[in-house]
Amino acid sequence: MPKDSGIGAPSKRREDVRFLTGAGNYTDDINVHGQAYVHFLRSDVAHGTINSINTDAAAAMSGVIRIFTGVDFEGVGGLPCGWQVTDRFGEAMQEPGHPVLAQGKVRHVGDPIAAIVADSLEEARNAAEAIELDITELPAVVDMKAALEDGATKVHDDLTSNLCYDWGFVEDNRDAVDDAIKNAAHVTTLELVNQRLVANPMEPRVAVGDYSRANDESTLYTTSQNPHVIRLLMGAFVLGIPEHKLRVVAPDVGGGFGTKIFHYAEEAFCTFAAKACNRPVKWTASRSEAFMSDAHGRDHVTKIELALDVDNNFTALRTETYANMGAYLSTFAPSVPTWLHGTLMAGNYKTPLIYVNVKAVFTNTVPVDAYRGAGRPEATFQLERVVDKAARELGVDPIALRRQNFITEFPYATPVAVEYDTGDYEATMVKLEEIADISGFAARRAESEKHGKLRGFGVNCYIEACGIAPSNLVGQLGARAGLYDAATVRVNATGSISVMVGAHSHGQGHETSFPQVVAEMLGIDEGMIDIVHGDSSKIPFGMGTYGSRSIAVCGSAMVRATEKIIAKAKKIAAHLLEAAEADIELKDGQFSVAGTDKSVAWGDVTLAAYVPHNYPLEDIEPGLEETAFYDPANFTYPAGAYACEVEVDPETGQVTVDRFVAADDFGNIINPMIVSGQVHGGLAQGIGQALLENCAYDENGQLLSASYMDYAMPRADDVPFYEVDHSAQTPCTHNPLGVKGCGEAGAIGSPPTIINAVIDALHSGGYDVTHIDMPASPSRVWAAMNAVK
Amino acid sequence: MELSDSRPIAASADIVFKAITSAEVLQACVPGCKDLTGTAEEGFEATVVQKVGPVKATFKGQVVLSDMLAPESLTLTGEGKGGAAGFAKGGAHVRIEPSDEGVMLHYTFDAKVGGKLAQLGSRIIDGFAKKMADQFFTNLQEHIEGPQEIDSDVDEDPQGSDEGHSKKGWLKKLVS
Repeated sequence: MPKDSGIGAPSKRREDVRFLTGAGNYTDDINVHGQAYVHFLRSDVAHGTINSINTDAAAAMSGVIRIFTGVDFEGVGGLPCGWQVTDRFGEAMQEPGHPVLAQGKVRHVGDPIAAIVADSLEEARNAAEAIELDITELPAVVDMKAALEDGATKVHDDLTSNLCYDWGFVEDNRDAVDDAIKNAAHVTTLELVNQRLVANPMEPRVAVGDYSRANDESTLYTTSQNPHVIRLLMGAFVLGIPEHKLRVVAPDVGGGFGTKIFHYAEEAFCTFAAKACNRPVKWTASRSEAFMSDAHGRDHVTKIELALDVDNNFTALRTETYANMGAYLSTFAPSVPTWLHGTLMAGNYKTPLIYVNVKAVFTNTVPVDAYRGAGRPEATFQLERVVDKAARELGVDPIALRRQNFITEFPYATPVAVEYDTGDYEATMVKLEEIADISGFAARRAESEKHGKLRGFGVNCYIEACGIAPSNLVGQLGARAGLYDAATVRVNATGSISVMVGAHSHGQGHETSFPQVVAEMLGIDEGMIDIVHGDSSKIPFGMGTYGSRSIAVCGSAMVRATEKIIAKAKKIAAHLLEAAEADIELKDGQFSVAGTDKSVAWGDVTLAAYVPHNYPLEDIEPGLEETAFYDPANFTYPAGAYACEVEVDPETGQVTVDRFVAADDFGNIINPMIVSGQVHGGLAQGIGQALLENCAYDENGQLLSASYMDYAMPRADDVPFYEVDHSAQTPCTHNPLGVKGCGEAGAIGSPPTIINAVIDALHSGGYDVTHIDMPASPSRVWAAMNAVK
Repeated sequence: MELSDSRPIAASADIVFKAITSAEVLQACVPGCKDLTGTAEEGFEATVVQKVGPVKATFKGQVVLSDMLAPESLTLTGEGKGGAAGFAKGGAHVRIEPSDEGVMLHYTFDAKVGGKLAQLGSRIIDGFAKKMADQFFTNLQEHIEGPQEIDSDVDEDPQGSDEGHSKKGWLKKLVS
């Protein structure tokens, strides 16, 4: 019998009432009295030298308040990078400057050159047309391998080359891995591309800067997943504003998917210009601007080799990846192809030797950073594709090959530096087999063939590292920030509660799930508890939402703060009940003395805390409010097994996803409905990557897919009804809720599942295709079939 | 992508070459050209209004003639900036081959776009380039030969100020 409240209940998302009735308060809904508007004049060449920018005519135009160029930002800090990777020779990565507005050169289409602040957006846009730009176009660096050749044009003249870093992991394993591959009974090799993607949250980015001369305070309203991170980066590194004079508010945010983690030029600009112009300054991205200024995702080119012994045990794994950084280092870009990628290359398997080499490359393209899954989809895709290819080469069942190599004992220290605390990959696979109805596949394939279609079955396992992250560990790995989180539980006099959290909700349903935890702990109604998030002036210093961390890290902080509340409330209850503190029990919102019928209600205790007429003032303070910071001891390791069935039309190459089943182990679950929704959304984005989405540049660095005419987002009829299950649960061993996180799993596990199924379908029709790069569009599938005919 | 085509014109190679290097003819023949000044030697300044897919813009830029081998061949390159719409660049290499009826014009051409034009119009740019080239050489042919259905002996407008009339007058002026 499912619970109807507290932990494990499918409580309906309370935030949906405002979202679905048009009552959400998004950044673009915020209009500050007297605000001006900014339009950014952006580069339409990928690479060029700025000879001159003449703004005289534009500045004289109607409504123009001021025009800013790179010169106005000399002496102001550049946009900082939050992670420093050390290369395999022990050297720090090459780290170029990243000015708010271009200085001297433009380095990608969309690079902001000038910013026109005007009374209206139309006047700002008109003035932009009157700015005379003299830019000498330079050859653009687009292809990563060409970018690393001797004599290649440099994106940054002050760097020695276009190589950001050459990372080896674990460098000490390099020779042993080479030897194992040389001596293996079988080696399967695969070269693949994990294509460039654009996150495309429904709400484009918006920033509103405001400045109060009265108290010298700056406020930035912005579409962010982590307002405190933005305040820290922008205040300390870009504009030099101390924390107490800078407020960052991220109100309702319409989807992030990683791309709203980062600190962007437009945020710093609006904050800076509001003070410089003494006017609030607002910027709302158009969809075209979003395509050329939101950090992109993925863009890896990889060669992977899997070695097996005569009994089909995995003996070694070697991968070499070229990772595109784009023209500048976005906030967390260097960490994605390294620590969020290399550490996951063991997957669910006990491969004893692994070596990961990653070359990060600067090109004249939009910066690339974390996108839903961030490094883990890249790891999973290559690993699960090569395992599938190995099974086909060896003529063994792909599920059996995976099963045989599963890690079965926990904790398990991988050869790539992380320790999985718990898991049961067999359990999720058994669950998958049950819900996938594998025994019915042959009949379904026959039915498809009757209609001239090829049906394929694809399977995939995944592991991810979530609950980012243990600060002392990531500090050693190059993170320039701690990655704990924080929560303040403020109990009010009548017993209602406001919980101020560092995590940010932009689709995750925290306003519903977080109160479920506190309600469970206190035995009170969920409706008495509200979550406050997204405003640096209201919430404690927490690091926001990404890497499926919110419930595992911030939720744990909330548990710790609630435990402090309970401890203090018990002291008050003991006083009121004239009993020993040790004898007080809390159940269903009642404090009672063990073994007696004496009790006092939650509301009586909270009232006593704020009206301390009868109160142990000599022992404890009045009031009932506690804060806790929580720094996780380890990552969490959600894992699962996915399967899908696709139909391929051999006449056209069109792929249709007919069935998709997912068996996940997320540890304990707070709200199963929200978890299913998170998996659904992840699967849709994964299917989008596998079949539809591609961010394309031409050889001159022109962005070719910058609208929905050319960038194909998944639509309702591109995805099937999903069957998702999360009943196989191995609770996390090191956080108080035993939770692991579920936000990215769907996007990590689904792309290889789809491609594995497409390859299986083609083989069933006699097409010996070994790989198709994503997106497996009709033209690519058709071309692959015809190449082997 | 480089595309190529050819087209007969009933005039001598000298006349065709002269036409193609004349500011007046270029202004009349470049599709959407609103203004064109300058000389073949110094280059031309042009203003062209064009619609590429969903993007309509006024392009201001240069047209340069190079590799001029009168009356056999030449290269025309143009580059125009369209403000918020981005930019377009294009070029055509033209070879004039004498034939029984006059000349055969052989040309290869390509077009590149940048900025918003690339973002929104890249799929259609080759088709657009072909359309532009076809239209240019059709205009050129009509301009030199005169529209077939109109009697080119009647010079209604000696000033040649109106585009439609100047078309008819051009060949006549040259040969008279």
